[in-house]
Amino acid sequence: MNMRIPILKLYDTLIVSIQWELDDRTALQFQEDLMEKLHETEASGVLIDLTAIDFIDSFIAKVIGDVIQMSSLMGAKVVITGIQPAVAITLIELGIRLEGVLTALDLENGLDKLHKELED
Amino acid sequence: MNERSSVEIYTEWDVVAARQLGRDEAKSIGFGTVDQARITTAISELARNIYLYAGTGKIEIRRLHDGVKKGMMIISSDNGPGIPDVRKVMEDGFTTSGGLGAGMPGVQRLVDEFKIETEVGVGTTITAIKWLR
Repeated sequence: MNMRIPILKLYDTLIVSIQWELDDRTALQFQEDLMEKLHETEASGVLIDLTAIDFIDSFIAKVIGDVIQMSSLMGAKVVITGIQPAVAITLIELGIRLEGVLTALDLENGLDKLHKELED
Repeated sequence: MNERSSVEIYTEWDVVAARQLGRDEAKSIGFGTVDQARITTAISELARNIYLYAGTGKIEIRRLHDGVKKGMMIISSDNGPGIPDVRKVMEDGFTTSGGLGAGMPGVQRLVDEFKIETEVGVGTTITAIKWLR
């Protein structure tokens, strides 16, 4: 049952596309894998695409928030892309604020945003 | 007429099973994608609360047909420690598990009707209803 989320490297950016519903263990494994990959590749940006995710509960939101903080400690910036309308609505109703998180509608805009951030 | 199905909560995998059951039911009742997300999220929070605070319990899903209205009832029940101060857990931002769990006010906002019955040392039953619009 322990499925690992693939982390791809594209130049100085790590790209992650979450394609199936995250259970607790997969989510925590992903945190570890991403930190190790950041360390190993010295990437300066991370793009996490959530297009295929149809709901986010407080646990997954916390994991994503933690990943952003951890990446920051590792010197990398994170952009979240592809948040679905239903996910945006339920997150806010649930009372979860992902403050200061860089987001973009899709992968293309996400990469642009990340590169602009990294140039500053 | 009520049709019911349920998932017993023992492990974190059962949290996944409960929300999958809820999502499938919501879809087949005819809820749209936003309501499906609300229902799935609400069940996930309720099931996680059972897992975190009570250890074990049950998530039960019932289909409601109330005359012209159709809907879904989610019943979360456990024989855990109970909630000593319900008013406090209904305050936004209150959580005893250190940031995990958005809390009951968040779940209440996702559904149309919400009720907590709890007794210290006996357990907690939370009933939530979402009506098809």
